[in-house]
Order: sequence, then C-alpha cells, then structure tokens
Amino acid sequence: MNKKTGRTVSPAYFVVYLLLILWSLTTIFPLAWSVMNSFKNKKVIYSNSFTLPFGDAFSLENYRNIIANYDILRAYRNSFIISGTVAAAVILFAGMAAYIMCRYQFRGKNLLTLLLYAGMMFPIYSTIIPVLQMQASWGIVNSPSVGKNLLSVILPQIAGNMSFAIIVLTGYIRSLPVELEEAAYMEGCNMFQTYFRVVFPLCKPSMVTVGIFSFLWSYNDLFTQMFFLRTKENWAITILLNNIAAKEGVNYGALFASVTLIVIPVLIVYLFLNKYIIKGMTVGAVKG
Amino acid sequence: MGAQIYKNKKLIWIFLLPAFLFMFVYLYYPFVRNILNSFMHIKYMGTAGGEWNSPWYKNYLALLSDPKMKIALKNTAITIAATIIGQVGIALILALLVSNIKRGSGFFRTVFFFPIVISATALGLLFNLIFLYDKGMINQFLQFAGILNREANELIDWKAKHAMFTMLTPVIWQYVGFYFVILLTGLAGIPDDLYESATIDGATRWQSVRYITLPLLRNSIGTCVILAVTGALKVFDLPWTMFVNGMSNTWLTGTYMYSKVYSDVDYASAIAVVIVVIGVMLSAAVNRIFRQNVDYQA
Repeated sequence: MNKKTGRTVSPAYFVVYLLLILWSLTTIFPLAWSVMNSFKNKKVIYSNSFTLPFGDAFSLENYRNIIANYDILRAYRNSFIISGTVAAAVILFAGMAAYIMCRYQFRGKNLLTLLLYAGMMFPIYSTIIPVLQMQASWGIVNSPSVGKNLLSVILPQIAGNMSFAIIVLTGYIRSLPVELEEAAYMEGCNMFQTYFRVVFPLCKPSMVTVGIFSFLWSYNDLFTQMFFLRTKENWAITILLNNIAAKEGVNYGALFASVTLIVIPVLIVYLFLNKYIIKGMTVGAVKG
Repeated sequence: MGAQIYKNKKLIWIFLLPAFLFMFVYLYYPFVRNILNSFMHIKYMGTAGGEWNSPWYKNYLALLSDPKMKIALKNTAITIAATIIGQVGIALILALLVSNIKRGSGFFRTVFFFPIVISATALGLLFNLIFLYDKGMINQFLQFAGILNREANELIDWKAKHAMFTMLTPVIWQYVGFYFVILLTGLAGIPDDLYESATIDGATRWQSVRYITLPLLRNSIGTCVILAVTGALKVFDLPWTMFVNGMSNTWLTGTYMYSKVYSDVDYASAIAVVIVVIGVMLSAAVNRIFRQNVDYQA
C-alpha cells in the first residue's frame, strides 16, 4: 500500500505498534512471571511477586522440592515414548494412505474421502467410552505393564491425528511433479519402491509439519491421559502436572517451578521450529 | 504413458489399510457404539453393552430435566459466544493492524501464536496463580495501581465471584493467535491494487477496510467462526485444571460429561451425543451464514 512508504513515524503507526506490543505482553509476561517466581522461595513470592530473583531472593528450593517429590524424568520419558511413537506412526501410515488417495483412482475412493473428512469432526468425548471398553477387553488398560498402558494412549492418539495428517499430506503430494514417479516406474520400481524411495523423501517438509503437530498434540492432551494413565509409574508429563496441581495446592513456588519445567522444552522447540508449527496447525485447520 | 503407472491397483489396499484400520477401530466404530450406548443401561465402565433402557430414550429424557446439564449448556453457549466475539474479534483487529505495518510482523506472528503450543494444563495452572486472591498477578497489579486496597479487604476473589470470566479469559486468550494467523493469510490474498484504486478514488482507511477487506475476508472469517464454535465445544483441559474442585457453576458440556463417565456410563454417552449434535448443527448454520456469497471468492 502506498501509504507505507513514508519514513516518518506518524501517530497512527505509534498507536498500531502500541496495541500490538500490548498483546505481545499478554503472551510473554505471564510466562516470564512464572519463570521468575519459580526461582524464589515462598516468602519472597509472598512479599512481592514482581521482583526479579537476584541476590538473596534467588533460590532453587522449588526445583529441589519438585524433583525430590515427583519423578519428572520418568514422566518426560513416558511422554517422549508416547508422543514420539504417535508422530512416527502418523507420518508412516498417513503418508502411505495419502499417496494412494492422491495418485490412484479406485472404487470406493469417494466414500473414503468422505470418511476422512468425517474423521476430523468427531470430538473425543463421543468415542472415548467405547474406546475404553474395547481396550479394557484387550487387557491393555490398568495393566501392570507400563508398556501396555502407554500403548493404550498411543493407539487412540494415532487414530485421532490420522485424518488431519492424510488431508495435509495429500495436498502436498498433489503439488509434486508426477514425472519423477514415472521415471522410477520406467526404471522398474514397484509401488513400494516408488513411494519410499521417491515420494517419501520429497515430502520431508510436509512430514516435519505433520510430525511436529502430532507430537505436540499428543504431548499436551490431558483428556486421553486421564483415562489411561492412572498410576504414578505411567504418568506422562501433562497428567503429572495435573496431579502436582491437585496436591501442592497453595505451595505456589512448587507450582511455578513445575509450570516452568513443563513449558521450557516446548518453548525451545517452538523457538527453532515455529514456522513449521504455525503452518502445520493452521493449514490442516483451514483445509478441514 | 503416465496412465500406465497408476493402473496396477492390486496392492494399493496395503497402503490404505493401516490408516483406515486405525480410524475404523478408534473413530467410526466407537462413534456408532457410543450412540447405541446412550440408549442402553451400562453398569460398569469395563462392561461392554447391556440391556436397552426402557423407554430407550430414558437418558435424553433425564437430560432435559437435569439442572447441571442446564448450567453446562448455558455456560457452553456463553463460551461459544465469547470465543466468537473474543477470539475472532481480537484476532481480526490484530491481523488488520499487522497487515498495515512494515517491520516486525514475523515477530508478532511468533509471539501471538506461542500460547497455542503450551499445554492447556500448564496454562490452567498458570492462570490459577494469575487470578489468586492474595498475591495473584492481577490483584497485585490492581493494588500497585492503587485501585484496590488490601487492608480494606478490597481484593477480588476472581474464582468465586467471577468464575466464568476467570475461566474464559485464558480459553479465549490462548487461541487468539491461531485465528490471527488464519486471518493474516486471508489478508495476504487480497490484491494490493484494490486498495490502491480505492485510495485514488478517495476512499478513507476505514472505508477500505469496510468495503474491501471485510467482504473479501468473508470466507476466512467463516472458517474461523466454525473452528471457534467447534473448538468451544471441545474445551476441557483448561477449565478442568482451574476448577477441578468446585465446578458447581462452571460446568461445560465437556467437563460435565467427564464427571459422569465413571458413575453413569450411558448417561455420559448421551451427553457426548448431545455435544456432537450441537456441534454439527452450529457448524452447518455458520456455514450457511458465511458461505452464501461464494462469488466473492477471488
């Protein structure tokens, strides 16, 4: 727009930036406040929660408490097993299905497309009870084996991300040139080789998007974890946090420290990959 | 020649099977099963199936006269209205502002979107601390600003006195950045020369927004409203973390459904069906309102 070319800062621009910075503060400040207070002991938090934790005010007491009372590392490990498996399985299976849905014409394709879009509409509430009944009958719910319990979260979460992932990947594969696949076919590649050697490597950017989205969604999903991870050894990070919240009540320092511990890994990932993340989360939503 | 390569379809089912098997077992079948469950009598969570209720629509009859369900429906309606006005409204304003600046739009995108990747559980906990009666961020701010006096017992008990406000603020705040990005993408698709010719014709800034931007953004705004409505029906983690004890006035359909899952399985199933029906009806309605004028689409 032609008005933008002026070099002087008009009052209107000042107001625009002011408003934008104000909203930025609402997203940055609460977290900064939480990190800041996680390094202060109770008394200092009580006297003034806005001071910076320097000098005498600085304390690691909250972190010591949390780490001594809760097995944070085990929860991280469980979370990474769950979310990593979910992301990998979604990439593998959704990619294969997307390739067929994009390139082949076959009977029943319209029905499958319809089912795909319907799959994005079901809220978790409408499926969770039968899923629990079903998985209980298979013996993977409330099992003494941690692996089985984690599996009982992994399986429904894979399904929950599948239609989103297939829709996004189908769109991406459609944009790839067919010539490469034809060349592979001429060289004698079968469907498997064509997909895994030619198409899959080309899809990397889109796969990363889908993978990150599935991982984060799974990492943050409290609802499913509440149903299937009911004992300490099985807790993933989100349900652990929920339990810390219920137990620590008024021990604010501990709460600040646990919020910080849960958020920091995500924050670091976000700082490096925010382009992929933003794209992944909005592209799928708009297409659905 | 291109026709040859996709002609051999004998093995395509191997590629389709895993994905659709997952969806069949974990989405389509449970979805249908849940509807059937809502007409049955199920004693324990672990036992599948049972006898049919008599009358078969017993749970739905009970829902009609359930005072908690009434609260939940009312609060869900408030949540939907608040998310449409709050989330999409704020997002639209922010997107219009950012589309007018030259520097820093990347920064604002990153910062505005950031709360979405944080788990709602962590945010619920954080906002519990922000809204604390004593030493909460907001009350402390108001004290420093001289609006509240602690000694005179003027501190505000947010969770007790303004429960819905306290619950909805973080819910709305978290997703503003999401709609912001969608709307910004929509804005980028509006050709610049439209604005230029409008300026030449003597249109003011506001007229450009009113007669060019908003009509052309209609589809993007429609998408946002549908997502806000369906999103509002899915809200669970944040209210659950913030009000886990003392949900009495702040039930939402989702949290109320969870509270019944273990005590009254088939009743909870019926609530879930209601959530789906409301979601489908509202999405269809929004679609009708926003997608009538398809000819606007460039």
